[in-house]
Amino acid sequence: MSRFLALIARDLRLVWRRPGDLGMVLAFFAIACVLFPLGIGPETNLLQRIAGGVLWCAALFAALLSLDRLFLADFEDGALDLLLAAPFPLEMAAVAKCVAHWLTTGLPLALLAPLLGVAFDLDGAGIAALCLGLLLGTPTLSLIGALAAALTLGARRGGALMALLALPLCVPTLIFGAGAVEAATTGEGLATHLGLLAALALMALATVPWAIAAALRQAGE
Amino acid sequence: MAPVLRVDALSCRRGMRRVVEGLSFALAGGETLLLSGRNGSGKTTLLRALALFVPAESGTITWRDRPVSEDPDGWRRDVAWLGHLDGLKGDLAAGENIAAAIHLQCGVAPSRAAIVEALERFGMAAAVDRPVRSLSAGQRRRVALARVALAGAPVWLLDEPLNALDSAAQAELTAALTHHAEAGGLAIVATHTPLDLPNARRLELAAP
Amino acid sequence: MSRPAANLHFLANPARFRRFVARVLPALWLVTAASLAGGLWLALVTAPVDYQQGHTVRIMFVHVPSAWLSMAGYALLAGLGASLLVWRHPLAALMARAAAPVGACFAAICLLTGSLWGKPMWGAWWVWDARLTSMLLLFFLYLGHIALTRAYDNPDRGDRAAAILALVGVVNVPVIKFSVDWWHTLHQPASVVKIGGPTIHPTILWPLLAMAAALLLLFVALVLMRTDSEIDRRRLELAERPS
Repeated sequence: MSRFLALIARDLRLVWRRPGDLGMVLAFFAIACVLFPLGIGPETNLLQRIAGGVLWCAALFAALLSLDRLFLADFEDGALDLLLAAPFPLEMAAVAKCVAHWLTTGLPLALLAPLLGVAFDLDGAGIAALCLGLLLGTPTLSLIGALAAALTLGARRGGALMALLALPLCVPTLIFGAGAVEAATTGEGLATHLGLLAALALMALATVPWAIAAALRQAGE
Repeated sequence: MAPVLRVDALSCRRGMRRVVEGLSFALAGGETLLLSGRNGSGKTTLLRALALFVPAESGTITWRDRPVSEDPDGWRRDVAWLGHLDGLKGDLAAGENIAAAIHLQCGVAPSRAAIVEALERFGMAAAVDRPVRSLSAGQRRRVALARVALAGAPVWLLDEPLNALDSAAQAELTAALTHHAEAGGLAIVATHTPLDLPNARRLELAAP
Repeated sequence: MSRPAANLHFLANPARFRRFVARVLPALWLVTAASLAGGLWLALVTAPVDYQQGHTVRIMFVHVPSAWLSMAGYALLAGLGASLLVWRHPLAALMARAAAPVGACFAAICLLTGSLWGKPMWGAWWVWDARLTSMLLLFFLYLGHIALTRAYDNPDRGDRAAAILALVGVVNVPVIKFSVDWWHTLHQPASVVKIGGPTIHPTILWPLLAMAAALLLLFVALVLMRTDSEIDRRRLELAERPS
């Protein structure tokens, strides 16, 4: 456990030393959301209806954008070797990396989202659904994204390939997350959507770390 | 002295090519093995197989009378690794890098005094709070060597440790290896440069 | 000893496979051609015209088996992936490499025929029907697998990365299907005509099964043929690669 926390602390410290990377992800999220009203028009009813989908898609892209360095930096500077050499399950190391990634991406995105929800004229229930949904859904995105990042270590055109691998697998999270916002704004219950998002996160947590570890071992050979 | 590390008929592949074939050797405590051979002769692959990064195609590695495949984490606890790459984070200070790596390897964070002392042995004590990105390639290599020395592992696996190092650092490495051997530790070192270690054993690799 | 010779063990198993393919494939092609002809005759000539869909219903005889085969193809990729990762079976890698584009083609055929069917039935080339959407996502999963397999200079690495992806993918396919169905019922209340039809009448069941069998044979023949040429290609790469 001490190793697990030390690994998270190391990654958090690395992000802290380069706050610009996090700022970039949040800025991307904001600008991507702002482009939709500019492209579609400022009609409030329409914006309100598409808000859930747009904000979730933008959050998904922003999370993907931040993933390319997740393992690539470790791969390029040899720190991945030290993870492989440590007497510590690689699956746990993968989860630690994902936790650090979520703390520095998913969490800030979820906290920024209400502000952007206001710009789309979401009501209080909608904003709460957006925020809760992102809190429950972004861990899944971190895990799936980390898998895509690990699978493409050392590949040609890694970035685009990573998106191609991750996006289809993120579809269920996107559907239930955006659905939660819609359900909240139309006055339906949220519990089912949020429950499904939590179920997806647990399923990803139970299965994906093994795949990430296997991919990292392959990259280390 | 009875061997503590035995390698029997080890074969491994790099990509689809078998580069180590049927290799056997045994080392007793306090012995240093210097690996040499042309580029592509499998030095790195052998070291990576010993570190369990590359699965052995066949053959066994036995550490203290137990195949390492039975207790890989026990073996990993006893191994300190230095690869081609230093494994240092440019944005972290030398001391932070060492602390994080040792914590991962040993399960406890080393004290600052211990880190400074280890860096001192490689002439890098002044860099303890300097970000690694501001160090030269040779200085980074020294920091990485200090990390290996501090891990306190009985087995060192070093891949071209002299990369980018000047002659002063070579002497420091030789001293560290001698010290390690006197304490009963093992080292397997792949190197092109002949090291001044009169008692070291040498193994010339040739790709099959 | 020459360099490729050092890797003969790698081809030892495929050698037996190649003898098998050389013996079976010509006959398999004949049977495939005959059953395709028979299936098409049943589907295009003897199957009755649907009172609602007219001749358009005949598209189903290609559309539905293609959907089945593309799903089965992905399961095959996962099975081959498991056998590569667990038993390090070299033939599994080459077969997955050969099978993925074939499966992707069947998914594409399914999407194209769905679109052709949709124009007269729905009045649009593309409707976000739940099944078509799931198939589109499966198509993307195939594309990811194909791209990952070919993204590495060391083909072995690509094969094994894609094997992991196929295993994760096959676990997620039912989840994706469920989520898309959920999404569809939320956004579009039951459509009048569902692609695939609600019930299958025996007069169209037999043509459907015949076409499914014929396309399955085609799938198998294509995969065997392509695996055989993948072996050739891998052998060439091994011979050409510098040490």
